Amino acid sequence: MTAVPATPTPPPAPKVNRLGLARDVYKGAPTTLCAGCGHNSITNHLVKAMYEFGVEPHLLAKMSGIGCSSKTPAYFVDRAYGLNGVHGRMPSLATGAKLANRELMVIGVSGDGDTASIGLGQYAHLLRRNVDCTYIVEDNGCYGLTKGQFSATADLGSTLRKGQVNEFETIDVCGMAIELGATFVARSFSGDGKQLVPLLEAAFAHRGTSVLDIISPCVAFNDHDGSTKSYAYVKEHEFLLHVPDYIAPAEDHVVDYEPGTVQDVELGDGSHILLRKLERDYDATDPVDAMRVIHEGRVRSELVTGLLYVNTEARDLSARETLPERPLSAMGEEELRVSRERWHDFMREFA
Amino acid sequence: MSAEVVNDLTIQVATINGSGSQSSNLTLTRSIFRMGIPVAPKNVFPSNIEGLPTWFDVRVSPYGYQCRTRDIDILVALNPTTWTTDAPGVKPGGVIVHEATYPVVGAAARDDVTYYPVPFTKLAKERIGQDSLRKYLTNMVYVGVLAHLLGIEVEAIESALRDQFRTKPKAVAVNMEAVTLGLDYARENLEKRDRYRLERLSGRTEGRILIEGNQAAALGCVMGGCTVAAWYPITPSSSLCEAFIGYCERFRADPQTGDKRYAIIQAEDELAALGIVFGATWTGARAMTSTAGPGISLMAEFTGLGYYAELPAVIFDVQRVGPSTGLPTRTMQGDVSFAYTLSHGDTRHVLLLPGSAEENYEFAMQAFDLADRLQTPVFVLTDLDLGMNLWMADPLAYPANGFDRGKVLTAGDLERIESWGRYRDVDGDGITYRTLPGTPNPLAGYFTRGSGHDEDAAYSELPEVYQRNLDRLARKHETARRLVPAPVADERGNELAILAYGSTHFAVVEARDQLGEAGIETDYLRVRALPFSSEVAAFIERHERVYVVEQNQQGQLCGLLRQELPGALADRLVSVRHYNGVPIDAAAISGPIEEDVRPDNEARRQAASPAPSGEHPPAALAV
Repeated sequence: MTAVPATPTPPPAPKVNRLGLARDVYKGAPTTLCAGCGHNSITNHLVKAMYEFGVEPHLLAKMSGIGCSSKTPAYFVDRAYGLNGVHGRMPSLATGAKLANRELMVIGVSGDGDTASIGLGQYAHLLRRNVDCTYIVEDNGCYGLTKGQFSATADLGSTLRKGQVNEFETIDVCGMAIELGATFVARSFSGDGKQLVPLLEAAFAHRGTSVLDIISPCVAFNDHDGSTKSYAYVKEHEFLLHVPDYIAPAEDHVVDYEPGTVQDVELGDGSHILLRKLERDYDATDPVDAMRVIHEGRVRSELVTGLLYVNTEARDLSARETLPERPLSAMGEEELRVSRERWHDFMREFA
Repeated sequence: MSAEVVNDLTIQVATINGSGSQSSNLTLTRSIFRMGIPVAPKNVFPSNIEGLPTWFDVRVSPYGYQCRTRDIDILVALNPTTWTTDAPGVKPGGVIVHEATYPVVGAAARDDVTYYPVPFTKLAKERIGQDSLRKYLTNMVYVGVLAHLLGIEVEAIESALRDQFRTKPKAVAVNMEAVTLGLDYARENLEKRDRYRLERLSGRTEGRILIEGNQAAALGCVMGGCTVAAWYPITPSSSLCEAFIGYCERFRADPQTGDKRYAIIQAEDELAALGIVFGATWTGARAMTSTAGPGISLMAEFTGLGYYAELPAVIFDVQRVGPSTGLPTRTMQGDVSFAYTLSHGDTRHVLLLPGSAEENYEFAMQAFDLADRLQTPVFVLTDLDLGMNLWMADPLAYPANGFDRGKVLTAGDLERIESWGRYRDVDGDGITYRTLPGTPNPLAGYFTRGSGHDEDAAYSELPEVYQRNLDRLARKHETARRLVPAPVADERGNELAILAYGSTHFAVVEARDQLGEAGIETDYLRVRALPFSSEVAAFIERHERVYVVEQNQQGQLCGLLRQELPGALADRLVSVRHYNGVPIDAAAISGPIEEDVRPDNEARRQAASPAPSGEHPPAALAV
């Protein structure tokens, strides 16, 4: 049998991002969460957003606390660094990591229990320090790993599977974030990649604390009638503030919209987030308006999603601490010790 | 008048908190030091900002004893509320300088002391113009009075004031006026009738410095390369972080750009403080937090993460009296056993136990090396006495070595090796290799977690993987045993020995002299770290009876020794404890030991086996 030489058809060039990295690089270990869990969708959207944004894997610091949500950093960007700490204490770890090496891109993944209950104090102080990081709350209104108890973001009057009613006021992590100094605050839904991916990319670009409260239904314990964090509830009650679009710094910033129909916000690195207006004429730079829509949404049982608030003026923690460009973690004896001569003079002051 | 007492006395100044007594107390201390005479001041202060009684004891000793003494030779009474209890505390033959308006009646009226009434308030009212400063300067008047009575050199006072108000020359003049006021009054009105005198010495204080332990530790942080500090204010550790802030501002801020080669965060609590530290050390920076017992309690949670995920940290515990809030402004060595196994599960930590201001500095530096080398939290346990009081010390030596960053793989290293795993014990010492976030190599990244993990940092609940990991951590602890500061021994072939650590050292020095005078010679071992070096057991083996002296009720270090030592050696230990909140003095050691070795106590000693940790100490050893 005569061998027929194969026609040399070059394989199609793999699609890569601005760093020349394929999308697979942004994947992680297989998820161990339940099939249908909103968190898995968020992970997929994160992979897409990081790929499109062109996150440097070795500079990515994935921080988390404890809970279903906090397991997910293992499920994206395998090559990156992860630090899965203790329950509710991710903010302090994120703060320390960013202070020590400001070149890192810090992303924190937390849940509603991790953020709004055991970690409420650390969350509050991360916000007021405006640590440059993306802080994701995968919010399902319940404790998944311990089998479905209410969390503090559960809405007043919502019920558990067996009918128990939540008698306590909800903690709105977005309202709190705006009050306490976060400079990029958005609410979204795990099932809405079209909205979530540009919000994530803009959050990566923003210099300061970016909070994304992402409603992420728990299929095991909180996806029933009476839950306000179920797929069905979100579908019926979502109120879109606007349609976000992220424009990377390198792209030509073409203004192709009717005046007054879009709010264009330039972010710290020269990128833009475009917010195409819908029925409500909303100004995302106005914290008072933000608090109003959050409050009105609660009264009307609406889930208001979109970029609630953005402030590109406030200095982040590294700027407030006047840290040099060079990471503290890279400094050695010559930068950190007092010189021998100066030391001997200094010791005389104690004589 | 009995025989003259020269340069060997203790002055107690009783004042009201917030009255500016600190300046005058420090001036007195420094002036005597400038005359070449060894001094050791102790500030006994309340948990209060203004209004409660406070005492400042200056021990003056030609022998250089720096521990507290119970004997008060000279009382300067400036607090009416404690007058009737302070006056009886002066030893017979002593001196009482007091505000002239205090009634010398009842318990305050004695016939075995010399009284010098001084109208401090009246003098200040008539002679100190500035109303706002009068309260503060009134205290400075006593310095002048003592200068006359004891013979403190005016030049020494001037020099002390100049150093104290280095940046405020005007304050030097104003304070000196107040000193002169006291001096002149005393010269004109007080006839010397007591036996005490100070006289310039040589060869004792030259070349030495006066420094607070917390300052020394803060300087160790500067020279140890600490770049991130996070803390929550708490007595008696706040001054450590505040000193670190001051030194960083001075030595680490770029004068041109204002850029700071450090970040110091006042955290919302001690949990967050340690979290910030771990976040920083995970990236490769050197970071520390400083706290006291209540903060250590809160840090238990994060400490477990640091131990199990193997993150460096330096944690200063400037111990104060517990349990709970306890006595926040009093001293204790009460956190030793708690800190050693802090956090749930099987944990054991490295504890450094500095016994001087110099060691506060050296061990602070070394703690950063050990934390990086061992990739684990390292505790530096000092206490309020060592941390907040001034100590005579040798000038802090310029570090001889560079930083030991431990086992860190760079991107270049990774290119040369085929694979690596974060928790693989390549060298057999229990210490594994790490890479730092930001390392540009596809192999570099890994996932750090406080949950079960295998050699390659992947999640694992497998029994054998868990057990192997825990056994490796135990092996690492054995490595630490060889790396921590070894004990310091003074061994002269005696059967009896004293074992102590930390600030207790200063009292041991004097106690051994006292025992020697009573014909009881002792050897001495000063333990400087946990885990115990092998030298500790060897030393105990060479002695029949070892008195373990410490400042807590339960004999915590003694308990840890008993746990680790073979029974025959454990039986040689006798726990000597001091735990009333004031620094231990020599008599609290020599007294119980002398009692214990008296021949008539032999039978009793045989009968009563040494009290295990937690039980009430035998009567003879109760202090």
